[in-house]
Amino acid sequence: MSTNNQSIVIRGATVVNPDSMFVADVRIANGVIEAIGESLAGDVVLEASGCFISSGFVDLHTHLREPGKEEAETIESGSRAAVLGGFTAVVAMPNTDPAQDNVKTVQFVRERGLAVGLCEVIPSGCITVGRLGTKLVPYDQLAQEGVTLFTDDGTGVQDALVMQRALMVAKRLNLTLAQHCEVASMTVGAVMHDGACCSTMGVPGWPSAAEEEMVRRDIQLVRITGAREHFMHLSTQGSVELVRAAKAEGLPITAEVTPHHISLTDELLTGFDPIFKVNPPLRTMADISALHEGLADGTIDAIATDHAPHAGHTKEQTLDTAPPGMLGLETALGVVNTAVTLSPQKIAALMSWNPAVIANISDHQGRPVAVGEPAHIAVWDTTTVWSVSRDELASRSTNTPYHGMELRGRVRHTIYNGQLVVQEGKALA
Amino acid sequence: MKHLLSTRDLSTEEILSVLAMADHMAEINSRAVPKVPALRGRTVASVFFEDSTRTRLSFETAATRLSAEVMTFTASSSSVNKGESLRDTIETLSAMGVDAFVVRHKSSGAPLQITQWTDAAVINAGDGWHQHPTQALLDAYTITRNFNELNSMHGRTIAIVGDIKHSRVARSDIDVFTRLGAKVVLVAPAAFLPTSLEGWGVTTADSLDDVIDVVDVVYMLRIQRERMDSAQMPSLREYSSLFALTPERAARMQSHALLLHPGPINRGVEMIVDPSVVPGSRILQQVTNGISIRMAVLFSLLGGDATTTLSNGVEA
Repeated sequence: MSTNNQSIVIRGATVVNPDSMFVADVRIANGVIEAIGESLAGDVVLEASGCFISSGFVDLHTHLREPGKEEAETIESGSRAAVLGGFTAVVAMPNTDPAQDNVKTVQFVRERGLAVGLCEVIPSGCITVGRLGTKLVPYDQLAQEGVTLFTDDGTGVQDALVMQRALMVAKRLNLTLAQHCEVASMTVGAVMHDGACCSTMGVPGWPSAAEEEMVRRDIQLVRITGAREHFMHLSTQGSVELVRAAKAEGLPITAEVTPHHISLTDELLTGFDPIFKVNPPLRTMADISALHEGLADGTIDAIATDHAPHAGHTKEQTLDTAPPGMLGLETALGVVNTAVTLSPQKIAALMSWNPAVIANISDHQGRPVAVGEPAHIAVWDTTTVWSVSRDELASRSTNTPYHGMELRGRVRHTIYNGQLVVQEGKALA
Repeated sequence: MKHLLSTRDLSTEEILSVLAMADHMAEINSRAVPKVPALRGRTVASVFFEDSTRTRLSFETAATRLSAEVMTFTASSSSVNKGESLRDTIETLSAMGVDAFVVRHKSSGAPLQITQWTDAAVINAGDGWHQHPTQALLDAYTITRNFNELNSMHGRTIAIVGDIKHSRVARSDIDVFTRLGAKVVLVAPAAFLPTSLEGWGVTTADSLDDVIDVVDVVYMLRIQRERMDSAQMPSLREYSSLFALTPERAARMQSHALLLHPGPINRGVEMIVDPSVVPGSRILQQVTNGISIRMAVLFSLLGGDATTTLSNGVEA
């Protein structure tokens, strides 16, 4: 790894900024972008013609599993997976054990992230104590610790009154609540999308309506309270339509989709392989088309991985008993670029600029590539074709649904805080 | 045919050949000593993660009549209660030397998953709501032999009545019956139908009264009482009033029409009439035919070279 006093030059890449794209050399030194120009010299020079250089990606939705499930992932292994995917910041989901509903656990996650030092680890907080949906967490204390994004991810807040009160507190403290939209009573025992495949396979269905009903309810709660709300991992056509209408109304709503929901359908479950079980479930081509339209017209603000590692033996259970979730960090760019035709600026907006704003870290992440800006950088291309192997991932777990598939587009180099942490697709630490 | 996991694994020709082989097995079963050495030296493990005494006994009887060794594993008295994984259970039993697993599991897809962990043949003896292929084969056998049209159900209309959504029997039967040319009508309340019937090739009816006097077969499914408690139907009484086979409805069946049920019967729920007084009832014949069908399936999967097995006493 280069040290702070070593300068790094990224040579010949196309700079991707919100207002412009141009080919230039970019020199990074002392943790910032020091110079942008032609024929720059430096201690480490990385040839990158044909690549794009943008602010590092920001993942709004990462399960790092520490504390509690270190056999599946740790903050260290998850951070390494993140930077291999071009992410320089990840929002750590709070469904750890203990849950991130208290200051001590939040401090632990943040400090562990700092100690690993590969990328910025941003602990989210729970909306309710223990994610049980009944009692609000100590928002003032957690906000003082710097937590700005709260979610009960893994479950939605079922009680409308509890959610309304949480939104009231969030508005006062200028926090963002992020909802996992799922009416639990409609998904008891659910295994996969409630459609033609599930009907033939004879497994309990996961109806689209279970997601859409909570989206609908929360739009009304945002309307009442005026608080911000972020909708996580939307998966259905109906959800996209609801969010589109709510945004047209001017409500302060943002939304994310995952790489897997815009690329994979429920037909993959017909072999009963729990690798393809995820919450919300893989849906249909019609849903994928709607999500693509939502990306194109701005209804969807961000792509978030919902990186959800699970130890191998847990995915060897039957489809109904295996836990939902799939890996996402290391394959995100390739999957997005393969599944959807997006401009480099749109990719950077969905994977860096917009999520940085939603995570309230846009003062230092998701910045333009410009002199004086903090050096959190991803260098990537949209043309390299590579084959995913679950045995070559940095994650402690292997539950990628893309094993053996070819993706187009790859992260080449990642720089976090001026440090080269990924070079030519290999982690340096 | 390496495994029998789903009726969908079988071509229509393979279905007909199993039915034809069951005729030979039925002949063996009619002998004074109903036993042949066809599968001598082979080991069949019946592995039941969910209780089903009748299906297990049917398979074990079939294996015994073909002279296979039978190994019995039931979850209630096993390492599964100590937290052993499905994979470890199967790998352990495989290591003891098993030629075929007969698997019953509460989870749809479990028999298919098991094929990853063993070289033995896997026969699905019922998985979740998914499939119960030998039930469909024995049902098709019963219907075709009663109508004396051995290779087809063309022109026949079969009503399957009850909880289709949660029924592996229905999913298997519908596939086999429609492929053999029957028209299938599903008679069930909306909560008991799957979300999608796309590609099933069936029609639906809202009450048994709509179809009882025009169908050739009335196939009654078992209704599980616990389904009534989970708000899927307003009441058992409402269900019975529309979908149970009452003496009045049984009296309206065509004179040639058959009554089938996979058992065990829930008297007073789906079956209010005493089936023994319904002339078309073939419910006990289904049980008898089940042995022949399971012998045919075991022999098809484990019998190996036809010429040597013929000399082992199966007259083809």
